[in-house]
Amino acid sequence: MKRFVYADNAATTPLSETAFNAMKPWLTEFYGNPSSLYRIGREAKMALNEARTTVGKCLNAAMPVNEANDYAPGEIIFTGGGSQADNLAIRGFMHGPTAKGRKHLITSKIEHHAVLYTCEALEKEGFRVTYLDVDKYGRVDLEQLKNELSEDTALVSIMAANNEIGTIQPLKEIAALAHSVGAKFHTDAVQAVGHMHIDVQEMGIDMLSLSAHKFRGPRGVGVLYVKKGIALEPLVYGGGQERGLCSGTENTAGCIGLAAAMQEAVEGLDEKMGYVKRLTDKLVKGVMDKVPYTHFTGDPENRLPGTASFVFEAIEGEGLILMLDNMGICGSTGSACSTGSLDPSHVLMAIGLPHEIAHGSLRLTLGEQNTEEDVDYLIETVAQVVSTLRSMSPVWENGKPNLTAASELHEHH
Amino acid sequence: MQYSEKVLDHFTHPRNVGEIEDANGVGEVGNAKCGDIMKIYLKVSDDGVIEDVKFKTFGCGAAIATSSMATEMVKGKTLEEALKLTNKAVAEALDGLPPVKMHCSVLAEEALRSAIADYYKRMGKDPAEILGCSMDCAACHHEHDEHAH
Repeated sequence: MKRFVYADNAATTPLSETAFNAMKPWLTEFYGNPSSLYRIGREAKMALNEARTTVGKCLNAAMPVNEANDYAPGEIIFTGGGSQADNLAIRGFMHGPTAKGRKHLITSKIEHHAVLYTCEALEKEGFRVTYLDVDKYGRVDLEQLKNELSEDTALVSIMAANNEIGTIQPLKEIAALAHSVGAKFHTDAVQAVGHMHIDVQEMGIDMLSLSAHKFRGPRGVGVLYVKKGIALEPLVYGGGQERGLCSGTENTAGCIGLAAAMQEAVEGLDEKMGYVKRLTDKLVKGVMDKVPYTHFTGDPENRLPGTASFVFEAIEGEGLILMLDNMGICGSTGSACSTGSLDPSHVLMAIGLPHEIAHGSLRLTLGEQNTEEDVDYLIETVAQVVSTLRSMSPVWENGKPNLTAASELHEHH
Repeated sequence: MQYSEKVLDHFTHPRNVGEIEDANGVGEVGNAKCGDIMKIYLKVSDDGVIEDVKFKTFGCGAAIATSSMATEMVKGKTLEEALKLTNKAVAEALDGLPPVKMHCSVLAEEALRSAIADYYKRMGKDPAEILGCSMDCAACHHEHDEHAH
């Protein structure tokens, strides 16, 4: 029987009822500009700052008293999403006074493009960037990090958890290493917040990016946590909102929805993620048992609870996604055809998958709204669709892949 | 990127998938590294008509749809007619392809020509004289305009 199964929760999540209800009055009744002096403006401003406090508490930020507003933590900067937060953190820091003229930045090869392309832009402006390798599970090489750190290193930016394969990085160790040479540590935690415990003080995180729609908040709003004492160059110049770092009339309802969703996600974290992890474990085992010539990607243990990422030999991912869509399943792939280029995802390349195999990738990401029945349907349908595509594939012969022959045949590429 | 209804139809219900055991012309183009391989099997009658044609494709939705459409367009045609099939005609028959997917239609044209070349070779003829090239696409570095690389 055909069902609809949304299994792409790493792409975005459905807005939670709590977040939606928290947002509603700020869209209709209390529409005042938070910078205005009259009552509905002041109320919006107060609500924004309460949202800031909530976010700060969820991250266990130190929350220093803000001079302009005596109960608002100055460390929480609302942005237009995770990408803006990453841009502000990296670009704003390297160009800002806290970098103290240091010109070196360290990141990894599996970062989101919001980080990677910002780094590439900085390279063109004369900064030096080191892209750390990862092992086959996607874990950054700490020895390499140690060796690359120097007195010229201003910032280390490593994601908390990878969006494609879910691998969680050793944040505390990375922060300690960065601090040992006087560098600051930024983490792109867009995929991690609401899915794993984050404590910026305990982990030694100086800056952290997050995005509301990854934990059932609204799209188009994010946060950059900036530890007190770090000065950044603005991302957007204008009316001076968000400490002048990200000017523009605040998205009041969005910020309030972000805070409500974050509080809900963080409060029920262990219970919800325990449930999600059980579902994911069942999904991984089911697919691996049922579909031959399949590789599991990502860290088998230290991984986001909802991420199940596979590569199937002898098929291509875009066709897989389209066929799954026909069966009511939403998933994603890192195949070249899905990116519009000739190369499969940079993450799958970095963990050492050969091109031939990386084209057949599938990422299924579960959330708290998925059920056991969803997982049964996913296992059965994925197995069926992979088998259909393989029956059409010239590199699938007599029940096994014949990729080596095919690649040798056309070795000139 | 948006696929037309026709592309989705040919992808979802591909025509002529499979192999022909007693094929007398087989062509394969593309490579796994780039994520596209097409293999076309022909059964050509003594009077040069394509009686049957089948394909196997490793590739994206557009690759499968163009293989399906190309085989449908040449089935029952003479080899001379089949050789006139262009990648543009295949793409048009599918109500167009996204620009980044035009190379899939090139691959379909090449796979077909490669199978026809193989047929001529088996008949003891030099395919280069008829097709203008040997259709050894794997060893060829000729750039096609339609390649959206």
